[in-house]
Amino acid sequence: MAGLANSDLRALRARIQALESGRPGGRVMPLGLAAIDAALPGGGLALGALHEIMGAGADEEDGAIPAAFAASLVARLDGVILWCLQADDLYAPGLAAGFLSPARLVVARCRDDAETLWAMEEGLRSAVPAAVLGEVGALAPTAGRRLQLACEAGGITGFVLRRWREGGMAARQRAAPSAAVTRWRVAAAPSRDTGEPGIGTPRWRLELLRCRGGAPGAWLVTAGLTECESREERDASDHVALAAGLADRPAEIAPRRLRAG
Amino acid sequence: MRRDGCAPDRPFVTAVTIGNRRLVVASGAEAAACGITPGLPLADAQAYCPGLAVFPADPAGDAGALRRLAEWCGRWSPWTVPDGGDGILLDITGCAHLKGGEDRLLDEIVGRVLRAGFACRAAIADTAGAAWAMARFGSAARSRVVPGTARATLAPLPVAALRLAVDSVAALERLGLERIGDLYPLPRAALAQRFGDALASRLDQALGLEGEPLSPLRAQPARRSRLAFAEPIATPEDLARALALLIEELCRSLAAEGIGARRLEIACYRVDGEVEHAAIGTARPSRDPRHLTRLLGEKIADIDPGLGVEDMVLTAPRVETLAAAQLSMGRLEPSPLGRGQGEGVRPPGRMGQCNDGQPSPRPSPGGRGGGKGGGSDTDIAALAILADRLGNRLGFANLRRLAPRESYLPERAVAVLPALAAPRKAVWRSGAARPIRLLAPPETVEAMAPVPDDPPVMFRWRRLQHRVRRADGPERVAAEWWRNPDPARERDAPDDPGAIRDYYRVEDEEGRRFWLFRAGLYRPDQPARWFIHGIFA
Repeated sequence: MAGLANSDLRALRARIQALESGRPGGRVMPLGLAAIDAALPGGGLALGALHEIMGAGADEEDGAIPAAFAASLVARLDGVILWCLQADDLYAPGLAAGFLSPARLVVARCRDDAETLWAMEEGLRSAVPAAVLGEVGALAPTAGRRLQLACEAGGITGFVLRRWREGGMAARQRAAPSAAVTRWRVAAAPSRDTGEPGIGTPRWRLELLRCRGGAPGAWLVTAGLTECESREERDASDHVALAAGLADRPAEIAPRRLRAG
Repeated sequence: MRRDGCAPDRPFVTAVTIGNRRLVVASGAEAAACGITPGLPLADAQAYCPGLAVFPADPAGDAGALRRLAEWCGRWSPWTVPDGGDGILLDITGCAHLKGGEDRLLDEIVGRVLRAGFACRAAIADTAGAAWAMARFGSAARSRVVPGTARATLAPLPVAALRLAVDSVAALERLGLERIGDLYPLPRAALAQRFGDALASRLDQALGLEGEPLSPLRAQPARRSRLAFAEPIATPEDLARALALLIEELCRSLAAEGIGARRLEIACYRVDGEVEHAAIGTARPSRDPRHLTRLLGEKIADIDPGLGVEDMVLTAPRVETLAAAQLSMGRLEPSPLGRGQGEGVRPPGRMGQCNDGQPSPRPSPGGRGGGKGGGSDTDIAALAILADRLGNRLGFANLRRLAPRESYLPERAVAVLPALAAPRKAVWRSGAARPIRLLAPPETVEAMAPVPDDPPVMFRWRRLQHRVRRADGPERVAAEWWRNPDPARERDAPDDPGAIRDYYRVEDEEGRRFWLFRAGLYRPDQPARWFIHGIFA
């Protein structure tokens, strides 16, 4: 173990990453914020893959900031966006104000989670929209896996916005693993004080909770992802440190971690 | 009449209670042979025929069963009508040759209906009136009137065979006019004068001198294709294969006419006399067999074939002209290489029919695409396929595009358009901040606002307390003048936010931003009513 050269380790990591993502040399979309892009494998958000976005606190139910975050991500792609939702509360003038042009949206209203997942899969497999977003409560592991496969089959990027009906459901499900290649949590942060009265520039606290082949992190960004203000350092007990420790463990442990990831 | 749960030879009747009398409504063949006729008191009937089985009459159920049977007869002719309480009329113009002639068609119809458990008599004639008469008063259970001989064939039948009211029949019989033939020599004017227009008109209808339009059960689409099976089919695979054949045939005829289907309906005629229906709609006219088969295939999976399906009829009730260029839409395949490689993988032979062979120009991801919402024809065509798939399950009303609408009221500022509507050029009102989630309707909150015309310092919404740190506002929003705000209504309904509102954007200590408003104008004598209308990102 001691004799393992640094370059070998890097090559090994690259291979594992390629295996994990299933698409060696996949396309990515840079967010344009260097601090965040550096944490993502390939320097950007993987295209043709599934991403999971959740809110924090009471916004786990309202899903306002996750929706705006997803909208600012898909605004960087070109083409029609399919947005599958259940509650009919997405407000187009709010989207138009700095996130995404509503003219690019096709909104599909679904009755329940199962129908939303079905509509998302149809959209992803059809390869027609540039991206497919779905507001989903429960996401079973097999359902997530199906969506990820549909993303790969159609080459379309999918976003699951987790939106739970109530806090208990959120508490049970927010930590459950999923097949998505990244998992984000966006929370409101107090707006930047401009010295003027009134609300300043809205800001979000953006957390990359899980990322296949990337480094989790947390950042303070302005709403609409126009600027990244700072990067939070994470403490030693965090996922990052754990993953680094695992790298030096005996070889037979490694495959198990891959499966669990 | 169908015998269910009754010994095969036992005479039976159905009866109804009117006041304190029980009357026979209908009698089976064996009971009729004992002289039991409809209208006879039940006590008499039981005296005529000891051991008579009596069932309660169910007129609504009978009418429903007759209607279903009439629909099932759609397998022989699309033009079927239930007639009165006990008959079905089929317009078989142009249909008999499919079964090898009128005699064989008649045999098949009677055989099938008997096998379905109904007693039946049938007749084929030039006119509905003549067929009606022969089926009810003819000497044989099945009869065919040779074209042109209706006058002679009907002559010996009783006048009741003319579909007349009971008192007209009685009046005719009183005059000794018992046979239809007796009426032939009489002057038409005298008949009409004495018995009304109905008699003359019924006679003319039976003899084909006067037209008698039938309105069929289902609207008659011009485009249909039909498949009959030698053996009933029941497995999903067989149904799917038959469906594919039908759609292919229909699409060929649609192509010949230069049209495409907006709606397809399929009817499966079951062995047991039931008909199963399924239908799909499309967002744009289509005649692509693969696309339509996929759409309808999902619906047909829900069909219960029962003991088997003998006939399938596919119809296109709604069609629209379809230019040849749009044919290419069906050739789209999800490209495994992704969008950069162009939209469609089309077989080379098809190229001549599509509007262009070039993939639509697509800037690489990274550049912010402006308001491009499916511009080119290929894009819209590809979107149409997806819209059809989604619309047929979710409902086309649930698949929308959003467009701005000129209104100051936030809840009225968005117009909902069909998924394939051309994106409007109108621009979204910018300037004022708008939330990304809009609560509809606005929810009441308990707010503490010590100073009038100032934002609240604290509010409670959904059992959570929010302390306001920063706020913007107010923004006065009022409904258009023609939506006449009524102050009286506001007082009566405290949950109605009314038409004049002062909106504030507030941020709580966590940094969450909400859209609150105070309803109505400030009045010192009334407590202010506060609502939350949206959540900002």
